[in-house]
Amino acid sequence: MSGAGARVAVVPSRMTLQQIKGRLAGAKKGHSMLQKKADALTVRFRSILKDILEKKEGAGEQSKDAMLALAMAKYAFGEELTVVMGESVDEEASCKVKMTPDNIAGVTLPVFSRYEGGGGAAGGLDGSKGGGAKGGAKGGAAGAGTGRSLAGLSKGGQQISECRETFSTTLELLVALASLQTSFIILDEAIKLTNRRVNALENVVVPKLDNTVKYIISELDEMEREEFFRLKLVCQGCHRENGACCCVLYWIRFARTGVVV
Amino acid sequence: MAPGSMLTFNVDDGYLEAILRGYRSGILTTTDYINLTQCENLEDVRMHLTGTDYGTFLQNEPAPLSTATISEQCTKKLVDEFRFLRTQAVEPLSKFLDYLTYPYMIDNLVLLITGTVHGRDISELIDKCHPLGLFDSMASLCIASTPEELYREIIVDTPLAPYFVECVSLDDLTDVNIEIIRNSLYKAYFSDFNAFCNRMGGETAELMSQALAFEADRRAINITLNSFGTELSREERSKLYPSIGLLVPEGTMRLQRADDSTAVGAAIEPYSVYRRLFQSAADNPEKSLEDAFFENEVALCKEMFEHQFNYAIFYAWLRLKEQEVRNVVWISECISQKQKRRINNFVPIF
Repeated sequence: MSGAGARVAVVPSRMTLQQIKGRLAGAKKGHSMLQKKADALTVRFRSILKDILEKKEGAGEQSKDAMLALAMAKYAFGEELTVVMGESVDEEASCKVKMTPDNIAGVTLPVFSRYEGGGGAAGGLDGSKGGGAKGGAKGGAAGAGTGRSLAGLSKGGQQISECRETFSTTLELLVALASLQTSFIILDEAIKLTNRRVNALENVVVPKLDNTVKYIISELDEMEREEFFRLKLVCQGCHRENGACCCVLYWIRFARTGVVV
Repeated sequence: MAPGSMLTFNVDDGYLEAILRGYRSGILTTTDYINLTQCENLEDVRMHLTGTDYGTFLQNEPAPLSTATISEQCTKKLVDEFRFLRTQAVEPLSKFLDYLTYPYMIDNLVLLITGTVHGRDISELIDKCHPLGLFDSMASLCIASTPEELYREIIVDTPLAPYFVECVSLDDLTDVNIEIIRNSLYKAYFSDFNAFCNRMGGETAELMSQALAFEADRRAINITLNSFGTELSREERSKLYPSIGLLVPEGTMRLQRADDSTAVGAAIEPYSVYRRLFQSAADNPEKSLEDAFFENEVALCKEMFEHQFNYAIFYAWLRLKEQEVRNVVWISECISQKQKRRINNFVPIF
């Protein structure tokens, strides 16, 4: 008797055999589809990983530059620069991050992007030098935009605006990095989940169904053999008494298979 | 008046001048700077500074030193020395030394006003003010919660009150940009200080008018350069130019009309000193105009020490010492960030 492994507890009959075969086909189909999904996710995952590596190195460099620019601004303006700047900041943030969803193989990934909001623009989103600062000054209905662009009017203004630009670029990079990092974690989770499903289908469900099919077939064969044996015994009895078989079953069998018992 | 007269200078101020010349020899030399720039970490910096006039000023700081601590302690040392001079001084030197602290007061007040306008808690801000610019009524500042109160209760009691009366009205405190107020105050301060020095006469007046003229011109040029691309109009800008200095009135007229840095270059063309500075900044991409100004200021202040029997050396010492703090902080910043490439961007003094 086959079906040494685990199998579904069913009554072996031709009908259940059909059902189980249907389930087996479904499981195989599902397995191949999930496998494709897992592959798609992995491809994306790798590309994100590459991006993260690149961006992280870039961010490291950029932060160094930014800190140096800050040191230069402090050198020109004085050590109290951060306090002065901090005090002139308004409640409303001038630079905000918004999230747009992105879909990859049924997994939703957040994509963060920076935008200027609130009062005056901090300037430098487009990376163009004077343009950002000008925009900040013009759009400066609230104090922040104007206050910043005039900061260090009498000393260190250039260093301060330079510092602002480098920090702005750094922020851009960090936002991109944040969105990649979040995608990375979410994808990681999703890939694990998908792989678990793929493996479960491949190693548990499909073999189990396979075993069940084999079991049912073997059971059916067994039943067939038992039937045949019974028939043989009946026929032998007939022969003994009449010299020929009177059993209807014998003839039916003979007609169907052409085999003489 | 006594200052400027060789005969009677030493009666009142001889002791302090001697002290000051002692302080001057304590200023870090080029050798010190060479040693400092070769340090690998901030601990080495501390060790090197221990060997100089700074002595044990960092002794009680816990092990991971930060540049902020170094900057704080250097400033504290400077302030201590200045306070010693101030307490020993008698009129008119004491008044002169008071004048030297007014710029810090202006900066502190501006900071406090910004804080009040944005609804911050003033008592927290006091810690962040520059110690040289502290004044008596500062402790009572926490009672002011609106700009009006601040103006009525506090500012009128400070020595800065006349400047405020001259250039800032009550409404301006909330409406006008704080940087404009700051620069208007500075403008009034320069005129006042200049007049004060001229009243003293003698060598003090001579040297101080030179120094103040440079300082005022530097502000004028910087204001012009930094106002490009902001909403500050030309008329408003011209109101911020100090009313003393070599550039007045011809140069400031031209600066008022300038709207890019080439025009500024053209405006200061006739003034050989500024032309040279502008040129040196333009030639060297590593160096900004700001650096060139710092260098010139240091040269000017060093020169003042060649003269005797005057008050200008007190001014010069304060400026040099400030530059020294900036240098030390810059070097430690470069060391802590491991960015040795630009470590030599400071201005050595002696």
